Amino acid sequence: MAQTVKFTIDGKQVTSTEGTTVLEAALSAGIFIPNLCFHPDLEPYGGCRMCIVEIQGMRGMPTSCTIKVAEGMIVKTFGPEIDKTRRDALQLLLANHPTDCLACVKNQRCELQKVAAYMGVTERTMQRTARPQAVDESNPFFKLDRNYCILCARCTRTCNEITCVNAIDLVSRGDETRVSLFQDQQFMESICRSCGECVARCPVGALVSKNTVIPSSEVLTTCCYCAVGCSMYLGVRDGKIVSVRGNSEGKSNKGKLCVKGRFGIAEFVTHPDRLTSPLVKGENGQVQASWDDALQIVADRFKTYSPDEIAVVASARTTNEDVYAVQKLARAVLGTNNVDNCARL
Amino acid sequence: MNLSGLREQANNAWKAVNEPSRPQVLVGQATCGEASGAGEVNHSILETLKRLGIEADVHSVGCIGACYCEPLVDIVKPGAPRICYHSMTPALVSELLEDYLVKDNPRPDLALGVWGESRFGIPALFELPMFKPQMRIALRNAGVIDPENMMHYIARGGYTGLERALKMAPEAVIAEIEKSGLRGRGGAGFSTGLKWKLCRQAKGSPKYIICNADEGDPGAFMDRDLLESDPHAVLEGILTGAHAMGAAEGIIYIRAEYPLAIKRLVKAISQMRDIGLLGKNILGSGFDFDLRIVMGAGAFVCGEETAMMNSIMGRRGTPRPRPPFPAESGLWGKPTSINNVETWACVSAIMEKGADWFSSFGTEKSKGTKTFSLAGKINRTGLIEVPMGITLQEIIFGIGGGIPGGKSLKAVQTGGPSGGCIPASMLSLPVDYEALTKAGSYIGSGGMIVLDEDNCMVETARYFLSFTTSESCGKCVPCRLGTRQLLTILTDITQGKGKPQDIPAILGLGKSMRQGSLCGLGQGAPNPAMTTIAYFREEYDEHINSHVCRAGECRALISYTIIAERCKGCAICLRACPSAAITGEKGKPHVIDISKCSQCGNCLDVCPKKFNAVVKVPAAGPAAVPAAKG
Repeated sequence: MAQTVKFTIDGKQVTSTEGTTVLEAALSAGIFIPNLCFHPDLEPYGGCRMCIVEIQGMRGMPTSCTIKVAEGMIVKTFGPEIDKTRRDALQLLLANHPTDCLACVKNQRCELQKVAAYMGVTERTMQRTARPQAVDESNPFFKLDRNYCILCARCTRTCNEITCVNAIDLVSRGDETRVSLFQDQQFMESICRSCGECVARCPVGALVSKNTVIPSSEVLTTCCYCAVGCSMYLGVRDGKIVSVRGNSEGKSNKGKLCVKGRFGIAEFVTHPDRLTSPLVKGENGQVQASWDDALQIVADRFKTYSPDEIAVVASARTTNEDVYAVQKLARAVLGTNNVDNCARL
Repeated sequence: MNLSGLREQANNAWKAVNEPSRPQVLVGQATCGEASGAGEVNHSILETLKRLGIEADVHSVGCIGACYCEPLVDIVKPGAPRICYHSMTPALVSELLEDYLVKDNPRPDLALGVWGESRFGIPALFELPMFKPQMRIALRNAGVIDPENMMHYIARGGYTGLERALKMAPEAVIAEIEKSGLRGRGGAGFSTGLKWKLCRQAKGSPKYIICNADEGDPGAFMDRDLLESDPHAVLEGILTGAHAMGAAEGIIYIRAEYPLAIKRLVKAISQMRDIGLLGKNILGSGFDFDLRIVMGAGAFVCGEETAMMNSIMGRRGTPRPRPPFPAESGLWGKPTSINNVETWACVSAIMEKGADWFSSFGTEKSKGTKTFSLAGKINRTGLIEVPMGITLQEIIFGIGGGIPGGKSLKAVQTGGPSGGCIPASMLSLPVDYEALTKAGSYIGSGGMIVLDEDNCMVETARYFLSFTTSESCGKCVPCRLGTRQLLTILTDITQGKGKPQDIPAILGLGKSMRQGSLCGLGQGAPNPAMTTIAYFREEYDEHINSHVCRAGECRALISYTIIAERCKGCAICLRACPSAAITGEKGKPHVIDISKCSQCGNCLDVCPKKFNAVVKVPAAGPAAVPAAKG
């Protein structure tokens, strides 16, 4: 059991648990500290320098995302010195970032915008340093526009820490640093599995889904692609699925999704080839039938075989719970142990 | 096993060099010597000896630091002291050998000095202005011994410190180092004893120690010279530290651009292994330790300890925030202590001669000595080691012999790209950690670049920023984009496109970078700009307001012109001009077309001195052209 730690942020008593970072403790206590490279799923990075604070007894301005809370710690999250240092770092980012917010996919969902708004930035004070950078549109589901990249490394850390694919990493040095694939390949030539975990964590408009429609509502559901049972939110607009995001509360996926769940669901759900009712094979070919009729036919025919002559194969798309029910039906009702599931898709 | 059996053998080997029965020739062959032709000189020596039929021994030694007059060749003739000859060429050394070894003429005209007392009209080497103020502790054997002959090192007291340390409890060794007042020579100046104590006390096993040999500051070559000249001094220090901290494995992280240092380290390590100084149960003390070399791939930032550890672990060489400090969680998450090459060499000296001896040099807070590489506009460039607290005046004008060509000193750049420029007016500043930091610079690893009146301070700042801009690892925003921002502003100023608000912009952003950057690279990157603004504000103002570069270094702010009265129409400049900007008939005064000129300065360089017709003038106006005389 983690120890409880009591400390102060901006004069406010905060209680947290040992091992928590100052930034996480502040955010969960409702105290906003601007941040860009921080992501709760990833190891602390300390690159964007937005979350700098002052901590009594500690030299300089440590990043709150990398410092663990300690009993009696006194943290200050704002003040003229912190504000100036943070503001300069932000202005440097803005001087190196496109200026077309209104035409950006991430407009109003952009974390850089959010930080700039929090800081009350109304003008750009630094000389433009942005240079044209390569855009990779090879992937059918998402694109990487390096012009928007702020090098927070959330994507590359995701690809390393979470998916363990390591398709992308940072290459080169200084302000020539860029997100790259092996030997500057395009996504589709690389080992990338298109899972889109990086896209889900990009705070700006650099790694974005090609489907840009914003949903009007979201529905919590379980992915029906395979048996893992990933919990996901389907974004709906005009009765159509327009977006998918993993549910971080999902027990089996903790917010993660694979390429099929993230990018395949919308097309799959409404695909014209998809069967929406049972088909019964007869003299006139396959004919649509009601479930009751279809199941009646199956039940009647089963009766003509001995249990050992029957095998049940469950679809790989069925959830674990459904698969359980199928094997129960096979063993307890049909009396056969010939049960299988292809378990791959 | 102990080393006492080897000591007699070592003493005999060393005696054979210093009190020889046949002539001994020692050639300074560190990379600096090689670059100035020591290899050819060595070859010529062998040829000459063969031609003259003289039986002699030729040794390669390291560098004694007098880079300005290399190649250096020392000769020890039976019955005579060791004499150091400078500026050798293959022809000259051949002549020297014949004169001295055959005709018994020691050629005082070619000599730099005698090791020991003055003789044959040749001054005593260590009484010369370059050497007298020096105190050589880390460099005690540099240029003296053959770095590839371990016997030489042992004969000079090598590994006695280690033997002493192995008989002491680890805590006692740490106490000795702490008592000596030794501080990290890599730049930050953290107490070495304290650093070791933290690592010793840290929980976790195994523990690692790292020798930081990733020297990368422009103009700095202390570590290279030391490793090429006396690798065992460093290795003995590492071994001592391993015993003190309880480390099982050591890693020397050295840049791949130092092939000779690597070669000599590899050889020294195998010599150690041969006599049981590495491996299991070292010298019968029950202490196990091994050492390996990891080569850096040329990233400056890998000199930063956390980036270095990432690089050793095969990750991208970028720093990470501290805490946790390496002493708690370093390489592979284990307690790790990282010390610089020179620090390790001081450790072996301290264990040999004692903490009190070491702390008798230096100032109250900065004990001992420090090596500096003297470079730039100075007569005697080279590698020196001086007691802490010596003044810049003594270093530049005493040891360095002042500024060449009768020019005046403008500033001294110390501490590499994170350091600053100290103006000539502050020459009485004592060189120690505190004083240089107070002056806005750093002692750094020991680079010292001397700038004269022909150096533009804005251009100097721009140069260092161009270095840090390309060497920033790119991880943190203030460094990655701040260096680029500063470089853009400084470049504008040097091109005459500066604005008055640029100065406050540099100072403001510089302060934010100092406070907001992740590691020392970004924190120190604004220093060259900030110190030059602090001490040379007028040069910035001239560039910005009057578009004048008083040093004449900023190309966009100067032009070249030919004074018609002086020009003889020899066409030398015309032929040398890469932009075809010079026209004129033979025998008649030539003219430079400013619109075509790229300000390369070739015309000025090639114009014969007796004519002196090409002059460099501020671009602002031809009015500045000096009137022709005679």
